[in-house]
Amino acid sequence: MLLRLLFLFPLLIFAVGAYFFYLGLDPARDPSTIPSVLIDQPAPAFELPAITGGDQPGFSTGDLGNGEVTLVNVFASWCLPCRAEHPLFMDLAAEERVRILGINYKDEPEEALAWLEELGNPYERIGADEEGRVGIEWGISGVPETFVVDREGTIRYRHVGPIHPVELEELILPILERLQ
Amino acid sequence: MKRLLTLLLVCFSLPALAQELRLEDPELEERARDLQREIRCVVCQNESIDSSQAGIARDLRVLVRERLQAGDSDEEIKAYLVARYGDYVLFRPPMRPETWLLWFGPAVTLVLAGGGVALAVVRRRRRAEGGPAALSDEERTRLKRLLQEDSEKGGPA
Repeated sequence: MLLRLLFLFPLLIFAVGAYFFYLGLDPARDPSTIPSVLIDQPAPAFELPAITGGDQPGFSTGDLGNGEVTLVNVFASWCLPCRAEHPLFMDLAAEERVRILGINYKDEPEEALAWLEELGNPYERIGADEEGRVGIEWGISGVPETFVVDREGTIRYRHVGPIHPVELEELILPILERLQ
Repeated sequence: MKRLLTLLLVCFSLPALAQELRLEDPELEERARDLQREIRCVVCQNESIDSSQAGIARDLRVLVRERLQAGDSDEEIKAYLVARYGDYVLFRPPMRPETWLLWFGPAVTLVLAGGGVALAVVRRRRRAEGGPAALSDEERTRLKRLLQEDSEKGGPA
């Protein structure tokens, strides 16, 4: 009888394999995204100076939390998708829906300032991460990336890549509302 | 000719460019290379930061070297990266209850499948060796009688 049951074993292996193949078929699944380990963790400790020549203050861990929900957007002037999502941040800033802080990732100061001049500046503060070291602290894999930090300074959400208007409406605004 | 020479020079200096980060201490450099091969590039999936050309991979190579020079152990450096990027950055996943299936799954499958095959083989062999049991005396006399009855009737139909 035990031997009979062993014949079910290949079927079991097939079922497990089929399950994972089935998961792989999910069109919403993006194999290049890495699950973030920073969710529900306090924001990393860092201190960034202002963009050289800019008139805005720099950005450090102390600016997060303090009873305010914050969007932290990692951007660069050389990054095309950043240009695509930028109008969304301009709108959010104009409507004063949320505080937006920027990390200018591995950029030339003049180019970053020119970029902000051209597209507008939705950021309350911008830290210049010329070495990209703070980007690593935030566990980013590229730009743009956007984090939602709650009132206590805990990271609640990480968005990899540019934010699409639909994603803003359906994903990010609800999170902001819940936290505010 | 001059152009050709320049080209050759560039070609041969490429490996040197790849080593731009080389540490003075050969022992540390060795450890840095070993670590780099264990750490996965976060944008290029199946490349290690040792072989990746991505900007962030280079940044991580710099970081590894800085930490090594600061006296961090290999484990500390890995822990630093795992805290930021998760187990994903390690090519060799750590041993934990949720990764047991990953680590022991193949061996368990092999044992089960091998055990199953061995069991089947042993059973078959036992059956072959034993063969059908020899006839008992009682059965033999019965067989003889039946055969006799058959031949009296004029052989099997």
